[in-house]
Amino acid sequence: MAKSDSIDWAAVIADPRFQQLHRKKMGFLWGLMTFSVVYYFLLPVGAAYYQDLFKVQVWGVINVGLLFALSEFVVAWAIAIYYSRVANREFDRLAAEIAADFAKRTGG
Amino acid sequence: MQLTHKQLAAGSLAAVLSLAAASAHAEASAAGEYRWVTFVVFAAIILLTMYITYVAAKRVKSASDFYTAGGGISGLQNGWAIAGDYLSAASFLGIAGLISLYGYDGFMYSVGWLVAYITVLLVIAEPCRNIGKYTLADILAYRNDPKKTRIVGALSVITVSTFYLTAQMVGAGVLIKTLIGIDYEVSVVTVGILMLGYVLFGGMVATTWVQIIKAILLVTASIVIVMLVWTPYGFSLPAFLADVIGDPKIQARVATLLGDAAKNMTPAELGQRFLEPGLYFKAPVDQISLGMALVFGTAGLPHILMRFFTVPTAQQARKSVVWAMAIIGGFYVLTLFLGFGAARHVGPAAIAAVDAGGNMAGPLLAQFIGGGPNSFFGNFMLAFVSAVAFATIVAVVAGLVLAAASAMAHDLWVGVVHGGETVAPQQQVRAARIATVLVGAIAITIGIAAKGQNVAVLVALAFAVAASANFPCVLLTLYWKRCNTSGIVAGMIIGTVAAVGLTLVSPNLTYPKAVRAAAHKVLDAEAGKRAAIAEAIASGDEARMAKAKKDEGALDKAVKKANDDIKKVEGQETSFMGLEKPLLELKNPGIFSIPIGFLSVILFSLLGRDKRAEDMWDEVYARQNTGLLAAKASSH
Repeated sequence: MAKSDSIDWAAVIADPRFQQLHRKKMGFLWGLMTFSVVYYFLLPVGAAYYQDLFKVQVWGVINVGLLFALSEFVVAWAIAIYYSRVANREFDRLAAEIAADFAKRTGG
Repeated sequence: MQLTHKQLAAGSLAAVLSLAAASAHAEASAAGEYRWVTFVVFAAIILLTMYITYVAAKRVKSASDFYTAGGGISGLQNGWAIAGDYLSAASFLGIAGLISLYGYDGFMYSVGWLVAYITVLLVIAEPCRNIGKYTLADILAYRNDPKKTRIVGALSVITVSTFYLTAQMVGAGVLIKTLIGIDYEVSVVTVGILMLGYVLFGGMVATTWVQIIKAILLVTASIVIVMLVWTPYGFSLPAFLADVIGDPKIQARVATLLGDAAKNMTPAELGQRFLEPGLYFKAPVDQISLGMALVFGTAGLPHILMRFFTVPTAQQARKSVVWAMAIIGGFYVLTLFLGFGAARHVGPAAIAAVDAGGNMAGPLLAQFIGGGPNSFFGNFMLAFVSAVAFATIVAVVAGLVLAAASAMAHDLWVGVVHGGETVAPQQQVRAARIATVLVGAIAITIGIAAKGQNVAVLVALAFAVAASANFPCVLLTLYWKRCNTSGIVAGMIIGTVAAVGLTLVSPNLTYPKAVRAAAHKVLDAEAGKRAAIAEAIASGDEARMAKAKKDEGALDKAVKKANDDIKKVEGQETSFMGLEKPLLELKNPGIFSIPIGFLSVILFSLLGRDKRAEDMWDEVYARQNTGLLAAKASSH
């Protein structure tokens, strides 16, 4: 195991930058998570209880149900890309700053 | 590892020879004169993977190399490897099959397998990379009592992996027998030996590359087939689907599925129905329950979790999930064409005749699209897809064995028996190899013993346990300050028991009374149907006579199956669990067992206090978010 006592973890948590990272991440991650779960379960719920809507043909023989199922893929990919962009741009920068700072402070 | 070279060469030679010998005198699905094509394609893929193992074996020196490839896999490589690890034969052959037999519902089924990775991406992959080392139990043991949580964590990993492994081994035996005509037992042993060769010598490095190669082959094969299927329609989706549902084979299939409800429907309506929900999934609650197990279970699958320890940083872990989602999702979109294409060109009835679950839809479409059973290219395509299926099974099995072996050697032997620090690196690697052989031997034994058993339920069960035990424990230890040892131990045990228990009283098991009743119903109706057929044959009307001949064949089959079923359950009154009928009309326990798992962790955490777990919270939370010390942890 790494020598965990070489870093003052309470100080990391108390650092304003860490608090900022924590707040941003929590709201963002659980918001996206809730949205994706809700959006996913709309598909089986719709297929079971809104069959008349799912059967409406909109593009040749292609109906709402098929388009909705295809949209699940697009939405999943969009969430993944959106999350990555935000994480790469904001979370990583904050995390790296904090990590560099504390690693230096303890000589690690 | 000086032995590696010779042993590997001997091993690969033995595997190729056993395949050759077996395919020489078995009834293969490729035409006799083209069997050499199958052999050449298989040999090429096996030799390629063996060569990679030989190269990889030189790099495996420490436990870290063996379990996690030394953390030296890149995000892109890991993304392909995750896809290779995840797209098992069940999803690769099974989903195309479901679409070809049931249309829309099959496609809808594939969605959950992709959405699962959002959970992995957002809340699991990066924190696990930052605080974990080799196994799922590493994460649990970080702030909780290491011994207790390692024991329950390792046991759960071994349980999940064994369920999944058994399903894969039995699937391997059945599939390879259907695809290339090798005997069941020979198939299981060949898969087992090959997989052992990869894992034993090449550890995670070889396993990763076998998974990458398999994923690339799978995607390539699918793209080629889809291009050939789709080109005639000018790459128009509506035109392709309109042609599919205009096919009489598909309209007949829908009429069969709907039974009486189809009486007043026109052929066009029947065809359109193939693109609408409800042909496969009849119980919405069951389907939502299955969706929950997929979406939350994937994040608790040990062989998937383990892949995040192979990359150097949280950023690379993130990148690997995004790549995996692109590959896996893209593959499922291709599956839409494979499934509908197989239904259009081969026909649902012909697909179901070879394999009732539809597993042969992809391979049969490949053969058709290449020019049919009597052409070189048709047989080449069939051989190629069969070889990819074979590589798929070996790659998935290798990942599972590595996960189970790491739980045994790293968690139970090093962590619990030796209490952590005192084990020399060489000994750790040796322990890992011994555990690998042990798990491999168990997998082969169970695979042979479970011949002919209904194992589809085991995959569902693996996901259910992962979602109900592993996922709540990992999630709450990462994100909830009050989570502690009592919660983890209780959650692991109660979550697993709930998932397994609910499955044991579900309709997934065989209930002799119901089987007998269904069989007798078929037999009772036999006389009436025979009379109708005899009358039709005597009528002289050619169309009626042709139909009657077909009906007669189907009836003979149904009667034979009914008699076989009665024989199978002879003298039995109750299911394996002593029940006459299911206690619960739910095939997937997730909707109950997942909340039970979460509640157990929360309740028992609140009941028992654990100072260490709370004191360590700052460290766990700071590390998982900043990546501090992560590199150090992986260099051990």
